Amino acid sequence: MGDITTTHYLILSFVLFSIGLAGILTRRNLIVVLMSIELVLNSVNLNLIAFSYQLSDLTGQIFAIFTICVAAGEAAVGLGILLALYRLRHTTELDQATELRG
Amino acid sequence: MEILVFYVFGTFAVVGAFGVVLNRNPMYSAISLLGSFLSVAVLFFLRHAEFLGIVQVFVYGGGIMVLFLFVIMLVNLYQLRETNLFGTNTRGALVLVLVVAAVFSYLLWTVDFDPAFADPSSFVTAGPDGAEMGNSEAVAWTLYRDYLLPFEIASIFLLVAMMGAVILGRKQ
Repeated sequence: MGDITTTHYLILSFVLFSIGLAGILTRRNLIVVLMSIELVLNSVNLNLIAFSYQLSDLTGQIFAIFTICVAAGEAAVGLGILLALYRLRHTTELDQATELRG
Repeated sequence: MEILVFYVFGTFAVVGAFGVVLNRNPMYSAISLLGSFLSVAVLFFLRHAEFLGIVQVFVYGGGIMVLFLFVIMLVNLYQLRETNLFGTNTRGALVLVLVVAAVFSYLLWTVDFDPAFADPSSFVTAGPDGAEMGNSEAVAWTLYRDYLLPFEIASIFLLVAMMGAVILGRKQ
């Protein structure tokens, strides 16, 4: 079976990143798009942790802490925008929010 | 043994991610997301990032997930009928995702990431001074000594994000 290598982690994080990216680009529901953004940020964390272990350097873990911080702030503001959109339009579909489209 | 744990929880994480994107009901998407987050936390433990794993469970599994479920229930999203799950530009988006996947696969294929540049076992217990300490202690040392300014900036960022969320969510 062998040991877990950094490549294992890179492949897994790449798969999660691709799924999250597909979700961001294709789904119409704003809340699912926000969840997909969280998936993408989480896969980035996985990469940081794997390289932190490989290089014996804690900087990667510190960076992951900041990524989690940004993800929390992004979720709060994104859900605030979702509530504002719902109050205005009574829907959370992104296709309905075309007011700013040029 | 460890590689078995990796494969099992890696599969859970990927299945959860697919569940997020493909589920029609946002409530099920949120539960799948929770499963994916918890599996990734186990993978953090496997790389000796114990503190990060616990933070992952607390912040993602506790905070962010409660926020999502709260909004889904507040807006009654699970009762809204979604006639068309995906947008109109699905084909272009999938082409873009495939291009990104091709670039990543090329990188993974050509670059050899495996040789460790340093001894990973030295990382488990050694702190900045070479003293024996656990992961949380080592992270705290690095965070508060070398990265104090980014830490303070992050706290300002969180304050601004909180104020923005409160103002956005306020009744007009």
